[in-house]
Amino acid sequence: MTGLEIRGLRVSFDGFVAVDGVDLTVAPGDIRFLIGPNGAGKTTLVDAVTGLVKATGSVRFGDHELLGRPVHRIARLGVGRTFQTSSVFEGLTVLQNLDIAAGAGRGAWTMARRRRTVPVAVSEALETIGLAGRQDALAGTLAHGHKQWLEIGMLLVQNVDLLLLDEPVAGMSHEERDATGALLAAISAARTVVVIEHDMDFMRSFARTVTVLHAGRVLSEGTVAQVQADPRVQEVYLGTGGVA
Amino acid sequence: MTATVTRDPAAPPATPRRRVVVSGPARAAIGFASGALLLFALAPSALSDFRLSLLAKYLCLAMVAVGIGLAWGRGGLLTLGQGVFFGLGGYAMAMHMKLADAGPGELPDFMALYGQLDALPWWWRPFASPWFALPATVLLPMLVAFLLGSLVFRRRVRGAYFAILSQALAAALVIFLIGQQGTTGGTNGLTDFQGFFGYDLDDPVNQRMVYFIVAGGLLLLLALARQLMHSRYGELLVAVRDGEERVRFLGHNPATVKLVAYVVAAGMAGLAGALFVPAVGIINPALIGVVPSIEFVVGVAVGGRAVLLGPVLGAVAVAWARTSLSEEFPAAWTYLQGLLFVLVVAFLPGGLASLPALARRLRRTPRQEVGT
Repeated sequence: MTGLEIRGLRVSFDGFVAVDGVDLTVAPGDIRFLIGPNGAGKTTLVDAVTGLVKATGSVRFGDHELLGRPVHRIARLGVGRTFQTSSVFEGLTVLQNLDIAAGAGRGAWTMARRRRTVPVAVSEALETIGLAGRQDALAGTLAHGHKQWLEIGMLLVQNVDLLLLDEPVAGMSHEERDATGALLAAISAARTVVVIEHDMDFMRSFARTVTVLHAGRVLSEGTVAQVQADPRVQEVYLGTGGVA
Repeated sequence: MTATVTRDPAAPPATPRRRVVVSGPARAAIGFASGALLLFALAPSALSDFRLSLLAKYLCLAMVAVGIGLAWGRGGLLTLGQGVFFGLGGYAMAMHMKLADAGPGELPDFMALYGQLDALPWWWRPFASPWFALPATVLLPMLVAFLLGSLVFRRRVRGAYFAILSQALAAALVIFLIGQQGTTGGTNGLTDFQGFFGYDLDDPVNQRMVYFIVAGGLLLLLALARQLMHSRYGELLVAVRDGEERVRFLGHNPATVKLVAYVVAAGMAGLAGALFVPAVGIINPALIGVVPSIEFVVGVAVGGRAVLLGPVLGAVAVAWARTSLSEEFPAAWTYLQGLLFVLVVAFLPGGLASLPALARRLRRTPRQEVGT
């Protein structure tokens, strides 16, 4: 298991500073929730960690500095993410989606041939995410919640040590939320999980630690209870900052 | 069900469409066997020598289409410059045949005619050897595609920008060839070939042999394309087409994935160009420039770019329509072709190959008559 250590992270777009000197340490095996009003820089932070946007500062993952590496290299180091909008390959089957996720670093010979059997990691992930019966369904035909689970399954077979999930339960029913939360708890036994979420009930039920971002900076950090008791957080969420 | 497509009677058959329970490999075997039967037995006995050599030409164009089907249909790379690779393969073969015709130490006839040169240019010399020229017909296009592709895909040039860039390459090659009339034959290109590896090309028997080589080449490329489409690579290629960024986050490098498809398609076009020369007897800038490059793509779009046989059917159908229609209405063909392209893109994105599935769907829901 590997943790994440962010120091002085700064991202700016044409002068607009989206992430402004964030320090963040996520311990191995933690389930860290990133919350904050819209525009707080949560997704940008994940974008910077995964190499999608340029950033200054330092992001250390285990022994590796992530900043400056191309996206696919960071992914191969064991950092996986999902997106706010589901981004499974809709024209491919569930099995194909998972097989591709499991396939980074395959040799040319393996790639040139047909998939004859289902890799062990893939069939395990199918069980874990509860889509075992639907492996040959096109991903585009899955219900929204199932697509999100497929995304998480793809991170599992990708064998990442750090999962960065951007609003994984948005649009899900209550039952699906609970199932997702249980899934995250199970995953965190062997991996580190960071979740961006707006759903406060979901956060209260499943977060181990919480970081509140506001206007590109860390506003508060701690357990759910500590963060909720923080007057600055209350002000941001209930006061004038709620809309910002 | 089968009367939906107006196409050359000698076009290869579609894979069996009836809902019989046959496994994938068995279906493929049946498909290839009937394709071979059609191309090697039926077409040669049913068609005159003239028609057969026309078919050989169409099949060469179909070989280019197989590559485009892979790169564009599966990989989303709209390559508007396949004429370049077709041309490189064609010129490599033509240069060798010219040198073989001229004999050792002699200049090809057109160079002697223009009279500007005393000796063979250095870059012509290696093509005297078939051991260089034959591999070069395929490897040279692949090398050019590799160089261009590495540059372009790593810099994340895609979509329309990639299409324009690939087309610019076709324009550049044509300008070069026309400018270097003394060494490339200019606008006239290379033509008047006498022999093909010692066989007299005027002899109908040898022309027939060339047809068989072309038909064999097409089946070979289809087998290769099918293998690639069904491989893990083929699945990844579709994933890159549909979600390039997502693929990146899974640890794959989309640039490499696209590069492979582009290079393979270039090699296919090169082989097609190489066989086009003995089959048709000419290669010139008008056959490889911007317009023919677009025509390749039109054929693929009409046939159906994302399935194995769609591009082949489309290429043959469009080339056949062009021959028959442009004889009668030479001025109208270009417009017709444009119209065809617009209609297919707007109303039948899956191309002609999607008609059977469409017909099945229409028949299953209210029992109505089937269009076309």
